[in-house]
Amino acid sequence: MNPPLLKIENLKKYFVIKNGNSFVAANNKKVVKAIDDVSLEIFQGETLGLVGESGCGKSTLGKNILRLQEPTEGQVFFKDKDILKYNNRELRRLRKEMQIIYQDPFGSLNPRFTIGEIIGEMYEIHKTDREIDKLSEIKKMLELVGLDSEKYNSYPHELSGGQRQRVGIARALALNPDFVVADEPVSALDVSVQSQIINLLMDLKKDLGLTMLFIAHGLNVVRHISDRVGVMYLGRIVEISETDNIFDTPAHPYTAALLSTVPDVDVSLRKERIVFKGEVPSPANPPSGCHFRTRCPLATEKCQLEVPKMQEVRNGHYVSCHFPLGADQLLKDVVSNL
Amino acid sequence: MNASTNINVKKKDILKKRSRKNILLQRLSRNKIAYVSLCFLILVHIIVFIGPLVWKVSPTGLQDAGALANWSLQHPMGTDDLGRDVFSRMLYGGRITLIVGLAAMLFALLIGTIIGACAGFFRGYVETVLMRFTEAMMAIPNFFFVLVALTVLGTSPVMVVIVIALSGWMEIARVVYGETLKWKEYEFVEAANASGATSIRILTKYIIPQIIPSIIVSGTLTIAAAILTESAISYLGMGIQPPTPTWGNMLQDSQQYIWTAPILGVLPGAAITIVVLAYNFLGDGLRDALDPRFVKK
Repeated sequence: MNPPLLKIENLKKYFVIKNGNSFVAANNKKVVKAIDDVSLEIFQGETLGLVGESGCGKSTLGKNILRLQEPTEGQVFFKDKDILKYNNRELRRLRKEMQIIYQDPFGSLNPRFTIGEIIGEMYEIHKTDREIDKLSEIKKMLELVGLDSEKYNSYPHELSGGQRQRVGIARALALNPDFVVADEPVSALDVSVQSQIINLLMDLKKDLGLTMLFIAHGLNVVRHISDRVGVMYLGRIVEISETDNIFDTPAHPYTAALLSTVPDVDVSLRKERIVFKGEVPSPANPPSGCHFRTRCPLATEKCQLEVPKMQEVRNGHYVSCHFPLGADQLLKDVVSNL
Repeated sequence: MNASTNINVKKKDILKKRSRKNILLQRLSRNKIAYVSLCFLILVHIIVFIGPLVWKVSPTGLQDAGALANWSLQHPMGTDDLGRDVFSRMLYGGRITLIVGLAAMLFALLIGTIIGACAGFFRGYVETVLMRFTEAMMAIPNFFFVLVALTVLGTSPVMVVIVIALSGWMEIARVVYGETLKWKEYEFVEAANASGATSIRILTKYIIPQIIPSIIVSGTLTIAAAILTESAISYLGMGIQPPTPTWGNMLQDSQQYIWTAPILGVLPGAAITIVVLAYNFLGDGLRDALDPRFVKK
């Protein structure tokens, strides 16, 4: 396997919520642990899919890696350098190599810029050593993402959602970055357009040798595009492995439950859904020990007392659970045998 | 791509841009008072700025007709207490009054936009210092501030402009501050940050262009306030000094003759009132026209 391009160690992002009167704020402070001690590696040339429910910290993780938000604690190594120690100037230079594709194609493009100006900004901000032909460079990018170069003079409001998302991709890839965070790039699009964008991303990844962190909440989408998949729950990564392992032999009860909710067209293949009781606990007040224990059918006292450590159940398959499911077990069977 | 499609694209773009402006004008024209005000103000500016090129009577030279002459063909508005042509003085006075208003507005916009945008964009200590300073300035009675400042700094036209601007930028700063806070949260601003743009670039190319409509509205209202302030301080003898005419000091000159020659006071007074009113109506109309919620009305 390729060496890791990006390595995250014990990354934490806490948000402080102040309630009410600021004179007694000391007592009212609540800490939301949006990212709670996350460590992971992303290897050169791979796509790591990141899934989880809304509010579990996936997007926050992506933004903290790019330092669009400042992490509370931890380290992010990009090409073996701790980018959290970078000053503003070094950070701006780093932006060339790390980019982000946004979820909302409506809000992420400046409404007063033409498409050409939006992409051209990238070249203007990072004046490259040699003079490049900006216009032809922009048109090349537009063609690369499958847009007419005639769209050069259009404004974002004149384009459809899918076209706008292509512009967002062109902007992110304009400077030929090594690493891209795709923050739910298809969830705001029609289903028919989603597959086009996914295929475009896969083609681009192959052609340009991109390394990608692909954040999504749709499991089908992630399965299609990812080499490895990480599952997040309440600010922690609970399971991470190669895509096929995750989908065929999930080791964490939460992953197994998520998978059982994926609808299947073929009726004969339809799985029994595992429905968990209760809601996701508030991240401001997460359960002790294992965060998932309040909804987990297998939870015991140990889960309440101890935070489970990441353990390798199979080659390259990590899970943080005291009672990981075995390779031939499915949660459904375990639950019914209890 | 061949040349003909290229031309087509450009044509389409021009049409698009023009239609955007048309929408604004259309909405403005639906507001009758604002539209009439706009036309009236354009007319007043043309008369005041081009008029003196045609009407070549000196505003300060004494005329043969003598003092307080009635209106005639040589002097359409008569002469004042010293025998100067009132029509010429109205034109030159209007020129100065409007220039002072415009210049003070531009200067106030500059200060207000910089302070408001920086406070909203950088937050933290910058925000606290700048916005509390703005609020402190608002707490000082406007007129008191202007009079004291002019007494200390002198009453040259440039000083008058600066002092009026310094007394009127706070509202603009607050409007710009609020808008900056709003636009800062948009994803395209974060995207610019992710692209490695500097703060100054983000402010000038991404945030301030979005705020320009609001700035125009406050600017229009600020002109009205600036003209009023200039007239008031001129009336008190603290503004631009005679013999240079302004509508304000013409009003002051006329007060001794209010019973014998009321027209001397009525003309500059009415001019100030109507122009200020028109600017206020225009400002309100523009605000409504730029507000997307008014589309369906």
